[in-house]
Amino acid sequence: MENRITHLFKVKQQQVLSVFFTAGFPEKTDTASIAQALEAAGVDLIEIGIPFSDPIADGPTIQESNKIALDGGMTVALLLQQVADIRPTITMPIVLMGYLNPVMQYGVEKFLREAARAGVDGLILPDLPLAEYLQEYKALTEELNLSVSFLIAPTTSEERIREIDAVSTGFIYAVSSSSTTGAKAEFSPDQQAYFKRLHAMKLNHPCLIGFGISNAKTWQQANAFAAGAIVGSSFIAQLKKDKSPAAIKQFVQTLTTP
Amino acid sequence: MNFQVNKQGYYGRFGGAYIPEMLYPNIEDLRERYLAIMNEPEFQKEFQELLQHYVGRPTPLYRAKRLSEKYNATIFLKREDLCHTGAHKINNTIGQILLAKRLGKQKIIAETGAGQHGVATATVCALMGMECIVYMGQLDMDRQRPNVERMRILGTTVVPAMSGNKTLKDATNEAMRHWINHPTDTHYIIGSVVGPHPYPDMVARFQSVISMEIRNQLQTEVGNPYPDYIIACVGGGSNAAGAFYHYLQEEHVALVGVEAAGKGVDSGESAATTALGKPGVLHGSKTLLMQTPDGQVIEPYSISAGLDYPGIGPLHAHLFDVGRVQFVSATDDEAMEAGIELSRLEGIIPAIETAHAIAALSKFEFTPDDIVVINLSGRGDKDLETYIRWGKY
Repeated sequence: MENRITHLFKVKQQQVLSVFFTAGFPEKTDTASIAQALEAAGVDLIEIGIPFSDPIADGPTIQESNKIALDGGMTVALLLQQVADIRPTITMPIVLMGYLNPVMQYGVEKFLREAARAGVDGLILPDLPLAEYLQEYKALTEELNLSVSFLIAPTTSEERIREIDAVSTGFIYAVSSSSTTGAKAEFSPDQQAYFKRLHAMKLNHPCLIGFGISNAKTWQQANAFAAGAIVGSSFIAQLKKDKSPAAIKQFVQTLTTP
Repeated sequence: MNFQVNKQGYYGRFGGAYIPEMLYPNIEDLRERYLAIMNEPEFQKEFQELLQHYVGRPTPLYRAKRLSEKYNATIFLKREDLCHTGAHKINNTIGQILLAKRLGKQKIIAETGAGQHGVATATVCALMGMECIVYMGQLDMDRQRPNVERMRILGTTVVPAMSGNKTLKDATNEAMRHWINHPTDTHYIIGSVVGPHPYPDMVARFQSVISMEIRNQLQTEVGNPYPDYIIACVGGGSNAAGAFYHYLQEEHVALVGVEAAGKGVDSGESAATTALGKPGVLHGSKTLLMQTPDGQVIEPYSISAGLDYPGIGPLHAHLFDVGRVQFVSATDDEAMEAGIELSRLEGIIPAIETAHAIAALSKFEFTPDDIVVINLSGRGDKDLETYIRWGKY
């Protein structure tokens, strides 16, 4: 079967909306209903965060969601089970995103095999070194038909962007600014220049812009130069307020309506 | 056996640079340049002059007669507590701030546990006229109040870390987040032999002046540079790395690391990483880490803020792995008693971190000819409140 992420970008090259949420937030059992509500709301892709005790790349909103999820008893094993249960109910790609340590303790190889079996389509492990991925895990992820996305940041050199583009599968996660995760009102001229520069590089893989996407303005600014964008912190903040399917639909509409 | 970091940044199976891409350019720049900068004659001249005239090096190697009698050994204390600012931490901050200037950075951030690294960073920032922010766990700010005020007097902004147990691990998280948000103008002075490569190697090199001096001083004192034992406390492990560094190849010198057992290794309130940890990734390196079976980091505990850390530098994890360093632990009570004992026998009130190293003496059977060097990493002024609260003196 064709990887669902590959397929998605084959049929849609613009305005791709990916939504991130932390597994087990606000409640341990919410993962399925949130995923289903997002698909019903027209979202193209979901990234489910594996909670970790020390999320150094995250701002306060996602930090708090990690803590609440862990206090509620969320684990890697439970998440894989939940994904397996959700998979038959939705058609969009599912990406798991998380820090390396919980995955390492689960056993990276075991994790990869079970994720593939559960119906996961892609992975983002921001603190997994590129060299270690190439040496230890690339062959296995290819065998399992899992796409692996890497991050690039405004400070990433062109040479390294090309290197990352060459080994990525699926999409590239373009971090919008030198910052941890968190909502921003709009992107600065410098950030927009960076999006433009990325666009001009004509990479092999589509870029999704993440970090700071929080409203129609930032959504549009990201889409001007990329295949789409990733929304995380502001969606977590929404879930904290109201996690009902109606509220989730409203959130997506507000974000994507100019 | 080779104990140096390899080209990829590993000590055996530990080390590496497990960092999100936002930090990659900074770490890569540092990795490419740190050795070349440290080897520049101009850098070495400035570094050595500051160590001598500003820090007060070499620090004495003091023959502790009454302590020796008590433990039936020949005990020397390497007096890092006499360094300017009261601990070995400044050896590293002097080195790193000189490096930061050469990297073209204008601002400095740091994390601190006991506050000794924070004070040492604040001090060199004042000296060099650089802006400085230090992250410190809220709990540590409460239990190391004098050091908080010292940093503020020196012109540093102290920011409380409010997450987790509000101690060293959380301060390190916050410092890393700050660096992600300010990658171009800021250098992060990590205070221990932890973090992504090249930090563990760089910090160990800056601290290695300790064992270099011990060699020279023992040669003068006893006619050869080799003690039978070197004992040092280990949180992240910077003072131990410095004290062991030039003896790593000399396998006849027994190296002993003393971790904080807190209320007991198996009490659930401990920071004895080699006893309780498994390989994992935290703060940018693969190392031994106290964690749940699910890979969540366990909040450590120790009465001493400087040892209250769930990991250990990757060099130490490797030295433990291959058996080159023997790790023992001391409980809160053992450390406090040892601190009082050193005060009474030698007139030296040690930092509570350092008191853990003293406490290890009772765990060995020595003979009078055994030459034992204890790295007296810091002085106890900052810990007066903890001593007073403990009360048994």
